[in-house]
Amino acid sequence: MMKRDFENHHPPHSPKSVGWTQAQSVELFGAETPLVLEAGGVLGPVTVEFETYGHLAPAKDNVVMVTHPLSADAHVAGWDTEAEQRGWDFRYRKPGWWDTVIGPGKAIDTRQFFVVCANVLGSCYGTTGPASIDPATAKPYGLTFPIVTVGDWVRVQAALLDHLGIQCLHAVIGGSLGGQQALEWALAYPERVSRCAILAASARLSATGLGFNAVGRHTIMTDPGFLGGNYYDHGPGPTNGLAAARMLAHITYLSDDAMHAKFGRRLQGKTKPDFGFDIEYEVESYLSHQGKTFIRRFDANSYLYITRAMDYYDAADWGDGDLVQACSRIRADVLLASFSSDWLYPPEQVRSLAFALAACGQPASYADIHSRYGHDAFLVETEQVSRMLRAFLN
Amino acid sequence: MTDSVRQSIVDRLPAELLARADEALAHFTCDDLRQLVEGELHPARDQSHRRVAGGGRWQDEIILHAIPPGATVLDLGCGCGTLLGHLIREKGVRGQGVEIDPEAVIACLENGIPVFQADLDQGLAGFPDQAVDVVILEETIQTLRQPTQLLTEVLRVGREAWISFPNYACWKVRLSLALEGKMPLTEELPYRWYNTPNIHLLTLRDFRMWASENGVRIAEGHALVGNTARPLDQEQDNLLAEEVLLRIVPE
Repeated sequence: MMKRDFENHHPPHSPKSVGWTQAQSVELFGAETPLVLEAGGVLGPVTVEFETYGHLAPAKDNVVMVTHPLSADAHVAGWDTEAEQRGWDFRYRKPGWWDTVIGPGKAIDTRQFFVVCANVLGSCYGTTGPASIDPATAKPYGLTFPIVTVGDWVRVQAALLDHLGIQCLHAVIGGSLGGQQALEWALAYPERVSRCAILAASARLSATGLGFNAVGRHTIMTDPGFLGGNYYDHGPGPTNGLAAARMLAHITYLSDDAMHAKFGRRLQGKTKPDFGFDIEYEVESYLSHQGKTFIRRFDANSYLYITRAMDYYDAADWGDGDLVQACSRIRADVLLASFSSDWLYPPEQVRSLAFALAACGQPASYADIHSRYGHDAFLVETEQVSRMLRAFLN
Repeated sequence: MTDSVRQSIVDRLPAELLARADEALAHFTCDDLRQLVEGELHPARDQSHRRVAGGGRWQDEIILHAIPPGATVLDLGCGCGTLLGHLIREKGVRGQGVEIDPEAVIACLENGIPVFQADLDQGLAGFPDQAVDVVILEETIQTLRQPTQLLTEVLRVGREAWISFPNYACWKVRLSLALEGKMPLTEELPYRWYNTPNIHLLTLRDFRMWASENGVRIAEGHALVGNTARPLDQEQDNLLAEEVLLRIVPE
């Protein structure tokens, strides 16, 4: 049995931790009433894995929905009881991916709020995705899984709330691709969202972002192990491709400044280079490690589907291409935050979303947090993010 | 400079200085000038008399009284959102603040004031024409790299604007420079040359000239004179006003 590593985190018995957690699962959209997808086609039944923390108030008015970024899951806080049983050893080493802001007395205070987070459609952490068994063929979907969109994800999340008997959200909060889901919530269900906090995300991904995603998918799909997506029962799958995609993604999550501070040009465990093609520099070692750990926890097909959903998302679609017109649908108080060194969702793109909200007379707040940590800053700048979220939620 | 030398200069000064200053400088006696040199000029320790309840500025009370209930307001350089908070609570306005300082932005969020963190020197692109009833620009215009550009934007976005600034032609400032030969240090201009954010200082007369050249009308004015706010006296306040607050509209 692997040892739990509580160092540098709030352990489960800490008064600041939500403690031991257990995922829940529900089947929505049965074969009779399938989910009608934005890109065409239907899907059903849909299994959704989600976690909740805190207590639902009798009036059901204290719900905070957290939406997760690309490679994350429903396990947003606390320590997974079933990590070993499910073979998810990455959950041994760490609590949920946003444990720093969710818990008793933290910014999203679980003594006050009932927090819900659901794994997105197409992912590989318990919600139906390309690795799930297609009931029609009794085999994994692979690339026969339909294209899903951020809009589809949010409709699934809304169906989950219906199932839980929850009508309105006190707040929906997300960073990166989670921020686009939060924005989609405010656009698609204006009457159900009181507050919407969007961190390190804008109305749409830039050409640079589209380019990064394209390279990531290219490395996966040209890996000889990919086998047209039908690798589940044949070999190890496109592990090299997926690892390369993750390595590239990690570069995009950092900044030049952060890379310099973290690694510089330091050699990995030696004082002179070996003059070969094995790992020479610390940055190579770091990226290689990130690639290796990722292939043990993520499905390559999910990576394709989720990055595509990220590509397609454009909030302006709600206004026939006009972002201001789209924003005029929103009734929620909106909080936007960018991070100065983020080049995936740069500050000027987040600010233009803020100004679009202002242009339709919608009071909104926008903060540009100074940080050297790049896109990752929304997870790293805990103190600033906590102060903002705490103020915004109360 | 010894006190006796200084004293002799001060005693000789009025006539020489008066010859070059506005006529209204005649309002000041030798005693005024003496007081000035003896420290009256320098920033008062206690500025509380200039504050309205809640720690706002002297202009806040006037603006709070003047803005009609339910108006839409854009406060540029809103600080911690004190004035907007009063306007939202007491006048039911729909308010939006803009502020560059990150700590002040957090304070706005904590006070429940909608705020954008933005650099006003980057303009107001994104705000549509005539989007709000009133734009407020308190004690900010002299800190901008492109003041004309922002003033134009202000009257594009708002139907009218309240703007205030320290008046560099105030007698205290003039005398400070004339007598001490150093960058003036007053209650309204409490910075040294090397740390001042004020890079485009102006006078009331400068602003009036700018307004007439740019199709802008000063519809209403207030002056801070000797720590008292009163309606603007167009004839004398270029010399008397320490700070001015003007309501401007397109001509």
